[in-house]
Amino acid sequence: MSGYMSGILSILAINIIFAYGIFLAVATGQLNLGGAGFQAVGAYAAAYLTATFGLSVPLTLLFGVVLAGLVGVAIAFPILRTKGVYLVLATFAFAEVITGAILNSEELGGAMGISVPAYVDWYVPVIMAVCVIGFVFYVMSTRFGLAMRAIHDDEQVSDLMGVSIRGVKVVAFGIGAALAGLSGGLYAVSYSYVEVQSFNALLSIYVLLYVLLGGTQTAWGPLVGATFFTILPEVLRDALPALKTAVVGLFGDADNVAPPDESWRFVILGLMTILMMVIRPEGLVTRTMVENLQFWKKGATSARREVTEG
Amino acid sequence: MSAAPLLSLNNVSKSFGGLQVISDVSFEVPAGVRMALIGPNGAGKTTIFNLISGVYIPDTGTVTFDGTDITSMPSRRRVGRGLARSFQNIRLMPHLSVVENIMLGQQSRASGLIDMTLPLGAGSRWRRDAEELLAHMGLGTFPGEVAATLPYGIRKKIEVVRALAASPKLLMLDEPAAGLNPAETANLRDFLKTISDTGTTILIVEHDMGLVRSLCDHAVVLNFGKKIYDGSTRHVQENPLVLEAYLGSRHAKDHDAEVHREATDA
Ligand SMILES: Nc1ncnc2c1ncn2[C@@H]1O[C@H](COP(=O)(O)OP(=O)(O)OP(=O)(O)O)[C@@H](O)[C@H]1O
Ligand SMILES: [Mg+2]
Repeated sequence: MSGYMSGILSILAINIIFAYGIFLAVATGQLNLGGAGFQAVGAYAAAYLTATFGLSVPLTLLFGVVLAGLVGVAIAFPILRTKGVYLVLATFAFAEVITGAILNSEELGGAMGISVPAYVDWYVPVIMAVCVIGFVFYVMSTRFGLAMRAIHDDEQVSDLMGVSIRGVKVVAFGIGAALAGLSGGLYAVSYSYVEVQSFNALLSIYVLLYVLLGGTQTAWGPLVGATFFTILPEVLRDALPALKTAVVGLFGDADNVAPPDESWRFVILGLMTILMMVIRPEGLVTRTMVENLQFWKKGATSARREVTEG
Repeated sequence: MSAAPLLSLNNVSKSFGGLQVISDVSFEVPAGVRMALIGPNGAGKTTIFNLISGVYIPDTGTVTFDGTDITSMPSRRRVGRGLARSFQNIRLMPHLSVVENIMLGQQSRASGLIDMTLPLGAGSRWRRDAEELLAHMGLGTFPGEVAATLPYGIRKKIEVVRALAASPKLLMLDEPAAGLNPAETANLRDFLKTISDTGTTILIVEHDMGLVRSLCDHAVVLNFGKKIYDGSTRHVQENPLVLEAYLGSRHAKDHDAEVHREATDA
């Protein structure tokens, strides 16, 4: 496989795992804008342990997962007292604290970053991503998953039904943090280098967008969202210059066209985001859509909807 | 009314800000009965439900359920004790299917680690239970449907079934017939009688006096947060205080006179 393709597969797998980490929080009604912070915890745990103690990759990944999960649970308690936009800001602030701490730590390389004396091929993150997808689909099929979705819809009624709101929220947030940590660990060993600048606010925003635009009602959402938004810039990378050449070519000067600026990809990404929010505010994949697809697969007819209204 | 009551409110009061919404209300719900809690709009009926289910804690007074003082018990634990309720404004989870809403109603019976982590797929006994309950209540046609898409009358009924899924000792229903047509209301009445026949105690808030009288023997009437009547549903509409509460004092006297005239005519 070409280096380009394997690189894309790695980052796709990492983004998918990352998106599922954020999804578990969001599906429980907690907008987590601290994704980069949790990913940084996992990435730096893996990088530091490999570089300093020479631990094997599986061990460092495990450490990253557990550490990020513990950090997630630890901050879940105070953070979950906040709601709505305050919760978003609190998670965001958390990520800033983490990256700020790393930036000021000589032990962790500060602004220089750490080079990681380990390397995994593209299939490692891909296999992990497949496991994570399976895991999250399982979680969403359990009563715990039902409680998560119920809390997302109506906390007070869920409480009166006997759901432990705090328990479910903390566990979902914690598992999500652990998955984000896993994605960070995989990032460290796939790129053999970590620097704190890559775990910036924009990354937290992007991964939250993957989840929100993919849809938070089913476990399909983050998969579709992360895939779409990882592949799209790559497609645009080829399509944009071609488009510009064609447009300029119309005016007869096709030979000396400068390739379009990188930032154009993000402009288009932003436009797509706005468009999707207008057209499908509940995300690309909704529950009804999955249901209709399954229904259609089973070949049943629309007779089911014969509801007589009184 | 033999043994100890299933539920009792003792001198319960509640105010919001400066507004006294419930003033010194006491009443008892004996086990096994169907009882109505009625009163004009804003009388405090829903607030009483909220005080019983733990959404609010009384300022003063106590709530006792099944022999235990539950006044300050966390709301989440009360359903496990056998106290389930429906809501005046339908509060089904819009993104959950009908059967998932019912399975949520089972939560108090299934909150152990194993029940929480086993899948609720086709083979699950909880799903089977929920589907059976739905079928039994005549709602077997739409278990997979997302709740938000269903007609009002159906959702209203699902609310009742969801509360029932907790297998409660006391089922509290807040205006279950509001917005239903006469046929649906009659249907609901039969349905509630069936539930009651299995031993479930029912406390119902309802404005439809026809339903109240055909369903309940006993009623508590509230007005401006005070209890003004506690007795048989048969005579409730002859009570001057109740008439006054519903019709205003002048009308009450007219009505009184009318009743009197009818009585002398007969
Ligand atoms: N959380 C609250 N804060 C302030 N006031 C409240 C609150 N809850 C209820 N009230 C007030 O308490 C009074 C009683 O309300 P409640 O909803 O209990 O009446 P109700 O008898 O259920 O009326 P309806 O028949 O219209 O449902 C109303 O005046 C209402 O505005
Ligand atoms: Mg009310």
